[in-house]
Amino acid sequence: MRTRVLTILLLLGATAAPLAADARSDAKKQVEFGITVAQRGLWREAIYRWQRAAQIDPKYAEAYNDLAIAYEHEGDLEKARVAYEKALEIEPNNALIKQNYELFKEINDRTTRKDTQDDPGNQNP
Amino acid sequence: MTPATRILSSVAAILFIAGCTNYYEIPIETPIKPKLDVSAFQRVLVAGFIAGGTDDVDGNLETTRLLRSQLRTKSDLRVIDTDVLPLMDVATEAPGTPEVKAEPPKHAPAAEGAEGREGKESKEGKEGKEGKAEAKTEPRGEAPQAATPDKPAAIKDAKDLEPYEHIFADVEYWKKIGEEYQNPLIVTGTVMFTPHQRSGIVQREEEVYDSFGRRRVVPVRTYMERKGYILQPKFVFIDGRTGTVMHSENFREEVLYNANQSTPALSSYFELMDRLIPSFLSTLSSQKIKGTRVLLQ
Repeated sequence: MRTRVLTILLLLGATAAPLAADARSDAKKQVEFGITVAQRGLWREAIYRWQRAAQIDPKYAEAYNDLAIAYEHEGDLEKARVAYEKALEIEPNNALIKQNYELFKEINDRTTRKDTQDDPGNQNP
Repeated sequence: MTPATRILSSVAAILFIAGCTNYYEIPIETPIKPKLDVSAFQRVLVAGFIAGGTDDVDGNLETTRLLRSQLRTKSDLRVIDTDVLPLMDVATEAPGTPEVKAEPPKHAPAAEGAEGREGKESKEGKEGKEGKAEAKTEPRGEAPQAATPDKPAAIKDAKDLEPYEHIFADVEYWKKIGEEYQNPLIVTGTVMFTPHQRSGIVQREEEVYDSFGRRRVVPVRTYMERKGYILQPKFVFIDGRTGTVMHSENFREEVLYNANQSTPALSSYFELMDRLIPSFLSTLSSQKIKGTRVLLQ
């Protein structure tokens, strides 16, 4: 009985790794295509590709990073923030993602600062 | 960890990751939506400012000129070109007492045909007054009953601005101005431009040559006296149709120079305004911020 369980576990382990590799490989193709189209200015198509990549492989930090950049380019700062944070959650030590995020935060903070200045107490001097 | 070590280690980390990863630098333009919806306005009137601080710069005139020229080139609104309103005088003469209202200047192009009043006078801050709904007319030069000083006192710090700030909440006054200029968006506010100085320990870089004549730059901490300016504008955006304040924003920028360096006040003023202008413009019109990001594979 124990041998049978062990065999099943071994088989599962042996098949899971190639499956994950396949997912990453599929996701990578989507990311590559997204980069190609983004470089041609087709950001919407790029967003679709990177979303697909993140669906296929939810642990693919690079896909979230690219998606965040595309959202930034589209002016959707909230979605960009969520995507950057997801990318950093997966790969907290990735210096390139951190660098992108820092640059994004500069812009995001500027718009947030404007929002806080718009408080009602400020309306009637 | 010193800042230099931190920078070096992050550069090393980036180079290491870059060596292992496929990455592509890509230029992006992030559109920033304007804070205010100004689609209802075709025109903008930079009315003038209550200004104080140094006497070397006329904060009212310079700020009005600068904002008008920036809006002319960087916004879709048509900028109304007219004399700068002497807001300090108006605020002094109409100290929030409801029965006394300031009369908009009648010398403006949009006001042609209306009851005449000499433009030059208002330019010099001697504008006359008319009672609300033509009910009461103050003789020219006669001071109305006022809680604020008869003559505008010199504004030296932010506290001195307070007695004048009620003007921005004077809905009737701004509504009248709005009617006169065909309901524009009105930009006004306060500008404090004050000299200041600070002394303390400053880190600066110094060239040193060793016995072999090799040049090195080393950080040196020295006691220095520095002087400069602080610019504190408050921009108030008023709906010319209703006379109400739509939005207001406060800013603060400062610059310091070596005490022995002589920098004209006006050039410091422009240096500081240059830093604020993008934020001011982004309130009214959408801006695109250019940058570069790294796409990862």
